[in-house]
Amino acid sequence: MTLGEIRDILQCEVLTEGDDLSLDVQNVVASDGMSEILAFARSKELMITGLTNIQAVRTADIAGVSAIVFCRGKRPDARVVEFAKKKRVPIFVTRLVMFDICAILYNKGLKGVS
Amino acid sequence: MPAELMRESYPIQGGDFDTAGEISGELKTILRDLGIEAGSLRRIVVVAFEAEMNVVMYARRGTLTFILTDDAVDLEIRDDGPGIPDLELAFQEGYSTASDEMRELGFGFGMGLPNMRKNSDDLRVETEVGKGTTVFARIRLDAHE
Repeated sequence: MTLGEIRDILQCEVLTEGDDLSLDVQNVVASDGMSEILAFARSKELMITGLTNIQAVRTADIAGVSAIVFCRGKRPDARVVEFAKKKRVPIFVTRLVMFDICAILYNKGLKGVS
Repeated sequence: MPAELMRESYPIQGGDFDTAGEISGELKTILRDLGIEAGSLRRIVVVAFEAEMNVVMYARRGTLTFILTDDAVDLEIRDDGPGIPDLELAFQEGYSTASDEMRELGFGFGMGLPNMRKNSDDLRVETEVGKGTTVFARIRLDAHE
């Protein structure tokens, strides 16, 4: 799925767009633990988390993920959004909970990383 | 010993969760601009980031040094923290001595040292209780995952 399709299917608000919403995504890492994200990200995975502080964006940048989806309607503050813009990390916000997001994406053929 | 092409050291401020990770982010920019291959780059910065976060979480201060040679990056992360009483235990996935504050920030889930080992070609930890800890990591620059 492309980032644009993920945005639509998860009914996301886009806080930062990044460079390319046509980027194809095949794998997902989902956790509130940043070391879990770092352990399983290979590059260009989609990152799903409920952690909205600046460390979530730093982790996304270090891991090289394609975008962050913040679940449960949680929103990062303006400073975090600015930092994500600077690092060119796309940020999506959805009201869906993590379990439902994972189920929707799994049914669309996306897979986790182990 | 291969010739050093570049060596930089950065001070790490313990307890400052707001800026934690900045050094690793800067290191990523420097190494990317030098044209380091993406897979090696990711491994280097994951090791640096986990080590930097450990210093921020457990020590008052520390230093991150990186040395670039023809075929590898060496990282040396030194801190004046409490030291690690049982290294074998600390390398077990899931084992953690983190505080609730650290966990709220998304860290301290017992994956830091295992992540460093997984992403390094060679990892060595020297530690002394009450004195501090030094992590030596080597990441080769030939493409690998």
